[in-house]
Amino acid sequence: MPAISMKVNGEAVCGDVEGRTLMVEFIREKLGLTGTHVGCDTSQCGACVVLVNGKAVKACTALAIAHDGAEVTTVEGLAKDGKMHPMQEAFRDNHGLQCGFCTPGMVIASIDMVNRLGKDLSEDTIRHELEGNICRCTGYHNIVAAVKAGAANM
Amino acid sequence: MENFNYHRPASVDDAVKAAKAKPDAKYMSGGMTLIPTMKQGLASPSDIIDLGALKNAGVSLGSSLVIKAGTTHAEVAASADVKKAIPALAGLAANIGDPHVRHKGTIGGSIANNDPAADYPAACVGLGATIHTNARKIAADDFFTGMFSTALEDGEVVTAVEFPLPKKAGYAKFPNPASRYAMIGVFVADTAGGVRASVTGAGSGVFRAKDVEAALGNGFASASLNGVKVSAKDISSDLHASAEYRAHLITVMAKRAVDAAK
Ligand SMILES: Cc1cc2nc3c(=O)[nH]c(=O)nc-3n(C[C@H](O)[C@H](O)[C@H](O)COP(=O)(O)OP(=O)(O)OC[C@H]3O[C@@H](n4cnc5c(N)ncnc54)[C@H](O)[C@@H]3O)c2cc1C
Ligand code: FES
Ligand code: FES
Repeated sequence: MPAISMKVNGEAVCGDVEGRTLMVEFIREKLGLTGTHVGCDTSQCGACVVLVNGKAVKACTALAIAHDGAEVTTVEGLAKDGKMHPMQEAFRDNHGLQCGFCTPGMVIASIDMVNRLGKDLSEDTIRHELEGNICRCTGYHNIVAAVKAGAANM
Repeated sequence: MENFNYHRPASVDDAVKAAKAKPDAKYMSGGMTLIPTMKQGLASPSDIIDLGALKNAGVSLGSSLVIKAGTTHAEVAASADVKKAIPALAGLAANIGDPHVRHKGTIGGSIANNDPAADYPAACVGLGATIHTNARKIAADDFFTGMFSTALEDGEVVTAVEFPLPKKAGYAKFPNPASRYAMIGVFVADTAGGVRASVTGAGSGVFRAKDVEAALGNGFASASLNGVKVSAKDISSDLHASAEYRAHLITVMAKRAVDAAK
């Protein structure tokens, strides 16, 4: 099995993978970082979204071996010095989660949104940009409020 | 998902060589169609030839607009040259799937796949694009040959798509709310060679809507489409929409595309 290396949440990691090992399998099973979730097998739900070289991608639809050398950020990498990231904080303050299953992907996708589009996001923009993240609990309303508040605080 | 041998060639020639050596090999660009298909067990290639190391991405604008095959949907949507030359194309790319799909999926992968509800095939046919491969140049009208099929030979790689510059062009899609693929998408263009209109999402693959083209030939304005009724005969029915509904949507989307054309 070929060995790959990556920088995940700032730490150098390596591991052996098969060709078919998905990025999300590498992250969850090899690295034990189970914050990144798998909510579907059709590449539609966004629970698995991580930042790869600064861009939001679906870790369930990426081969680990194709990302040898990549820099990856998962939800575990967001808090700094025991303090949650402003986007995480905003999800808590705005009741932007219920069961929490979609939340890691939502938070990462929202940070990616701010990185691309800036801190001042309209409700329409937020809803359009979250098309790839499905939540079965909240009805999205509080998620949209959380993203707006989190963006402003980033 | 079945295992496979993974290759990451650094040149187009090496990619073609690797593909020709393995009859069950598949190219991979963004993987946004290939990997889901493999996860469902609908494809199980012996070898994956990842085109990512070719670094074949980017846009150039001269007398035509050339988009290299490895350019992602997000890059096309954000490109100043695409926005300037064919804003409808930038808008189309900005509404493919979702942001995460757009970060990975590429124009080359999209057209090579030729999903009957994909967006780019409509732009290629609607604008009269030319598909460049490692071996030749193929007119879009000859490239898309039916559901998930193209004129590509075994091992042939798409390297770029060349779009002639239209006077005006517009695209409107009625997305399936779950998948965001087109239930119907219509691309219209007023070009030096006349009006072109293409339809995606209607059936076995992208096609030119001759009724719409003829009507717009009398004036490139949505009013020209009043009363145009597209036949439901060759249009597909499924749980999302009946053939009659889709046929009706073709005229509606064509009007919106013309109104949006720039
Ligand atoms: C949730 C979701 C929503 C989506 N929504 C839309 C949508 O609204 N509209 C839309 O149009 N698409 C949509 N897509 C599909 C998306 O646009 C894909 O990016 C695209 O269809 C394939 O591009 P890719 O680069 O990922 O190709 P891949 O998946 O890597 O490859 C697709 C096929 O093309 C072949 N191939 C790839 N590159 C080349 C090449 N250079 N030369 C020859 N053959 C090649 C591969 O062998 C494979 O058979 C969606 C996908 C997902 C997962
Ligand atoms: S697990 Fe659903 S999109 Fe990745
Ligand atoms: S909080 Fe339960 S799926 Fe979103």
